[in-house]
Amino acid sequence: MNTVYLDNASATRMDERVLEAIKPYLFNVYAVATSEFGYSLGIEAKEALDTARTTIAGSLHGSPEEFIFTSGSTESSNLALKGVAKAKKKGHIIVSKIEDFPVLNSAKTLEKQGFAVTYLDVDEYGLIDSNTLEQAITKDTILVSIQHGNQEIGTFQDIEGIAKVCKEHDILFHTDATHTFTRADLDVAKIPVDLVTVSAHTIHGPKGVGGLYIRKGTSLSKAMDGGFQEFNVRAGLENIPGAVGFAKAVELVTPQENERLKTMRDSLIDRLLSEVPDTTLNGHRKKRIPQNANVTFHYVEGESITLHLDMRGIAVSTGSACFSRSLEASHVIMGIGGDHERAHGSVRFTFGRFNTPDEVDRVVDAVSDVVESLRKISPLGKE
Amino acid sequence: MKTPYTEKVIEHFKNPRNVGKIENPDGKSTEGSPACGDMVSVYIKVDDETKKIADIKFESYGCASNIATGSIITELAKGKTIEEAKTISWKQASEALGGLPPVKAHCSVLAVEGLRAAIRDYEERHGLIKEREPTTINVLRKRLKHVMNPLTGLDVVRTELIKDIELKDGTVRITVDLSEDHQFASAIKEDIKEKIEPLWDVKKVTVEFLG
Repeated sequence: MNTVYLDNASATRMDERVLEAIKPYLFNVYAVATSEFGYSLGIEAKEALDTARTTIAGSLHGSPEEFIFTSGSTESSNLALKGVAKAKKKGHIIVSKIEDFPVLNSAKTLEKQGFAVTYLDVDEYGLIDSNTLEQAITKDTILVSIQHGNQEIGTFQDIEGIAKVCKEHDILFHTDATHTFTRADLDVAKIPVDLVTVSAHTIHGPKGVGGLYIRKGTSLSKAMDGGFQEFNVRAGLENIPGAVGFAKAVELVTPQENERLKTMRDSLIDRLLSEVPDTTLNGHRKKRIPQNANVTFHYVEGESITLHLDMRGIAVSTGSACFSRSLEASHVIMGIGGDHERAHGSVRFTFGRFNTPDEVDRVVDAVSDVVESLRKISPLGKE
Repeated sequence: MKTPYTEKVIEHFKNPRNVGKIENPDGKSTEGSPACGDMVSVYIKVDDETKKIADIKFESYGCASNIATGSIITELAKGKTIEEAKTISWKQASEALGGLPPVKAHCSVLAVEGLRAAIRDYEERHGLIKEREPTTINVLRKRLKHVMNPLTGLDVVRTELIKDIELKDGTVRITVDLSEDHQFASAIKEDIKEKIEPLWDVKKVTVEFLG
């Protein structure tokens, strides 16, 4: 039985076409990217890096000089928050309560180092209200970091509204687009966002490569000392196979594919909510990234559900404390006003390129069955 | 399939024994851990003559180790006298399951406590309980032995995580030898509060971290 893999928000299977694109840069053009005054192999490597940069920056409607490669979204968000903070030396930072850990924990570290941090509340769907943001801004605010789409409940923020508020107050705005990049449009020519975190691992590219869009004129302190790579913002030997693979992965995502993911997502959500009793959708029904469904099955626990599903060849994840390495319930579910109970039975299903509509049927059948049998042994939810 | 659980755990997880409720039980309990979110209910029927556990059932709102431990505990306790059943430890339950991952000690210990609480309930209802004991540092220390250190699966007292215990006019202050931003700091804090707060003469519990 084939595995039904529905944890594409965590990692995706790399596309074979990405591998084909990478191969020449592992075995033929393996040199370091040199200046145009270097030797041929190095110039070729440099050209490949530049082309990849142009492709990825272009998909955000930015220019190549505004995009640097990193080791992934964790590094990108660390660089964005700490780089701005270090350049500004002091001030106030605003993040949402439901940010992913790279942003949230960078903010916590900066708080310890003396920066003031506001952790903005979100509503029951995970949405930030522009007015709430405006009220949180002080004369000392240097940076706002609010994600484009949420990693767990898939909620899309009104990035345009948020960017506008920041622009009006002349504050830098960073958005973590790890889970929306290429899945939804983000046009930096139209939306005044200054820094954007992206990654290849969520879009069937290689692991260990990501990037940061940095709007021209944004000053950022270097995190690592070393050579003069990536416009002197990020030192270290360029990962050219990674960059080439990332660019290929970006090219392979099509609007049709995103529609396909949406169809599977909607079918899964609709069927789970109608066919399994006592369920709650986590996140917004419409303002939702194409690949994410997240449902709480009340009266049962998430790790038990995922283990049973694993026995049936289905891979999903849960916001239950029992599942996490820190034994803490999902801060996202708690952040949208949920309690331990809601996090306890929450299951996240995230789709990717290699999922098929018939897998939705298999998942709905398995989940209904598993939840029903776990409810039989649960002390809750009985008359 | 790859799993951190033993075959025995998986077997009990898939086919838990003695599941359900007992109508008009002689003793029952519901233990829950806000730190982990798991809950377990235990129901017992006790033979008044022999004081043996004639029937036992459990229900679980929890993860795999919680379900498996609930199941094994019912097998271990059935047919034993309440005095014997009281001594069943988490370690025994864990051994009977071929071992549990240390980080899961936390959720599985609930089932063991559930059994003890159900027996206590039986004893209270049948007037077998002595005077209420006033809380002392010793009582607190004993309670803290039920708080697991998720790093090792052993309790926080034995693993010397408890730096200091203060007790004054019903106010308890416990200092834990971990930094506040440690991976398990908040789980341990909630677990400590949950174990100490129910003591009848304790009014307030604060947990502090070193650093």
